[in-house]
Amino acid sequence: MKNFKIGAAVCVSLMIGACGNQGNSDANSSKGALNSNIAEKVYIAPGERDEQYAFLSGGYSGNLTVYGLPSGRMFKEIPVFSQFPTSGYGYSEETKPMLNTSFGFIPWDDLHHPDISQTNGELDGRWIFVNGNNTPRIARISLSTFETEEIIEIPNSAGNHSSSFITENTEYVVAGTRFSVPVPQRDMPINEYKSNFKGALTFIDVEPEHGHMDIKFQLLMPGFNYDLSRPGRDKSHGWFFFSTYNTEEASSLLEVNASQNDKDFIAAVNWQKIEEFVNNGGGTMMPAQYAHNVYDESTHTATSDMMEDVLTVDPSEVPGAIYLLPTPKSPHGCDVDPTGQYIIGSGKLSADITVHSFDKMLAAIDGEQFDGEAYGIPILKFEEVMAGVVKSGGLGPLHTEFDGKGNAYTTFFISSEVVKWELGSWEVVDRQPTYYSVGHLMIPGGNSRKPHGKYLVAMNKITKDRYLPTGPEMEHSAQVYDISGEKMQLLYDFPTHGEPHYAAGCDADLLVNNSKKIYRLDENKHPYAISNPSDARVERDGNEVHIYMSTIRSHFTPDNIEGIKVGDKVYFHITNHEQDFDVPHGFSIIGQGTSEILVMPGQTKTSLWEPKRVGVWPFYCTDFCSALHQEMQGYVRVSPADSNLELSWSLGE
Amino acid sequence: MKKASILMIIGAALILGLFAFPMWNIQLGAPQYPEPLGIDIYINGLKGQSEFDLQNIDGLNHYIGMKTLPKPEDMWEFTVFPMVTIAMSLLGIIIGLVAIFRNASPNWFLFWFLLMSLFGVLGIYDFSQWLVDYGTDLDPNAIMKLVNPDGSPMQYNPPLFGHKKLLNFDAYSYPKVGGILLWLGMMCTLVAFWLGRKSSRNKAQ
Repeated sequence: MKNFKIGAAVCVSLMIGACGNQGNSDANSSKGALNSNIAEKVYIAPGERDEQYAFLSGGYSGNLTVYGLPSGRMFKEIPVFSQFPTSGYGYSEETKPMLNTSFGFIPWDDLHHPDISQTNGELDGRWIFVNGNNTPRIARISLSTFETEEIIEIPNSAGNHSSSFITENTEYVVAGTRFSVPVPQRDMPINEYKSNFKGALTFIDVEPEHGHMDIKFQLLMPGFNYDLSRPGRDKSHGWFFFSTYNTEEASSLLEVNASQNDKDFIAAVNWQKIEEFVNNGGGTMMPAQYAHNVYDESTHTATSDMMEDVLTVDPSEVPGAIYLLPTPKSPHGCDVDPTGQYIIGSGKLSADITVHSFDKMLAAIDGEQFDGEAYGIPILKFEEVMAGVVKSGGLGPLHTEFDGKGNAYTTFFISSEVVKWELGSWEVVDRQPTYYSVGHLMIPGGNSRKPHGKYLVAMNKITKDRYLPTGPEMEHSAQVYDISGEKMQLLYDFPTHGEPHYAAGCDADLLVNNSKKIYRLDENKHPYAISNPSDARVERDGNEVHIYMSTIRSHFTPDNIEGIKVGDKVYFHITNHEQDFDVPHGFSIIGQGTSEILVMPGQTKTSLWEPKRVGVWPFYCTDFCSALHQEMQGYVRVSPADSNLELSWSLGE
Repeated sequence: MKKASILMIIGAALILGLFAFPMWNIQLGAPQYPEPLGIDIYINGLKGQSEFDLQNIDGLNHYIGMKTLPKPEDMWEFTVFPMVTIAMSLLGIIIGLVAIFRNASPNWFLFWFLLMSLFGVLGIYDFSQWLVDYGTDLDPNAIMKLVNPDGSPMQYNPPLFGHKKLLNFDAYSYPKVGGILLWLGMMCTLVAFWLGRKSSRNKAQ
């Protein structure tokens, strides 16, 4: 009897086991073994965190978005060139100067190419630089506060597109013009473009400690379109490469007229040579107006300075510093591999990818293997600099990134795919479709000596049917691929914000421990900050009223204010006294002509309110800060302009 | 006997660790505080486990009408306890030295241990009284006045030792390095007494 029982128990357990197996194979057959494997690769369980950061440009949103990889979850939108009502960036008195330019206050731009600062050719995670394409500007964003700290305008530039790429020790951030323009600007016939317009390539010095930017020199190149650029690295450190199109110098119907030459150029610029030239007093100072805006973390306030001149260099003044590498079919991407040996030019009207060799280029320069010149700049012989051609089988190559294992990955806009190929053999290894019409791609660290070749993000221009429809306008789609194996594997598909062009990424470890949690109240040097609620007060200076206000869960100090008059300019200077992680307070008041302001712990921000009507008007906290958030409110009494009511303020009386 | 006396001196010196390390720690974790807020209790005052923890605990406690956490000058204990600790440590060291050079009886070691234990018990009693007072003496105008199911006002005193649930918070109360050194030091003196008695018995034989 006992034996039978044991036998039965074994039987039952076998059946359960069998059942379990049955269940598994059911799941596999319905979804496919491959699918469940992929799901595991992108699944970040609740409470777990992503492996890598991805910073996607927001294109015409003017901002930068922060995502996690591999999940594709968005963590933050960092306002850069656009006013951002979510935080009050560009609306608050402190941040308005950030958007100042020589054209006045410009609350928008088209943000294209993020690049993370480097030391010895490796990402160091201090800052990320981005370009504003439309009203040429370069911004620097802190990777400890994830806020924009500095914006410098680029004079003599227009369509700041071959930007903002950095040299391998962050010596320079480089900004090249896409549109050539008269330099200096003047009233002249458009059809006299040829040989009269110039293309400015700007080298901006980055001060190593704080990252402050300062234009070192501008190279005034022939009037081509400078499309994209990349620093040389490792062996080619000291050079910078710019792709060009419209070497025809057309000024109208460029889609035809700029596509006539079989080859355009990649311009190779020996910036170290030019740096030496200007350090020895070379170059010409030219009057120029451009804004330089700096945000100070201790005063929580930006200042804007208007600069007066810029040092320009004519290429003919520095012989031997610039060469042109013929590259077929209006090259777009101009990418340098991690060793610095190969410069990849993607002729966007071509099926093939042209690869130049840095060593061959140096040899050709040495051997004076020239094929004429353009405006005095030597053109190197194509065969003498070319290392190979990738016969891709795709159409419309745009951009190339690298995995650090000897492979390159190129996007093809027209044939909507990413093609993996091997450096040196130029053989295609793999190809995967994208959805649809891919522009840039990004491998974290891909623009450095040490790519972290695990994931690849393809950013597309066309979305169509990928997500639930949302009318004619949709967010752009992006795809994440696993590139750790021989074949690329499509893992995930996610919508992005604005129009992402390039992106930058890094391992999470590089940034997580430096990410600030609060601003210290005892380090707040804002002129209108108060460190103690007992200092809260209201002061009048003519029709300007300054309210020194503090917030802590869950009240404003003061919260009743009287003596304000119609026509006053009322500045609410709000200091958030919290010193606890993730406890911002917001502020808004009825009829506020700007946006709310969101004040981080320890920070001071100012909102300007110009009351137009007599009455008693409420203000409140816009961030659900605590259980008594709804009680976090106050009133301002507004009296007629000729009222004699004295200012008074109180809390809890 | 010399070994025992040295152990006595070490034990008495170890309690000075209370000046370098917190003796007790209370942590408050909640869903929205995955990194718990913490109070390190030193012999001469309270300190946040992270820099702004005390301020943040006070901020949260104002909702339920608790008093703010005491500053050193608010409680006589933070003045008296350090003096008692120094005095006891000196006394213990002197006893140890006298035992080495003047052959004092190991019973003095036991005397010191018992006296220290008495102070310890008084200290813990005082601490528990403070916890009760801190958790129950609430502002009658508190924002949130919560009651137990039986209608009595809810109390918020953290546990003397171990875990207790306080609304959304999990409170944990455990000794920290200073407290452990105190306990180790006292154990040393007890062992010193035992060793000393053994060696003096051996001599007597």
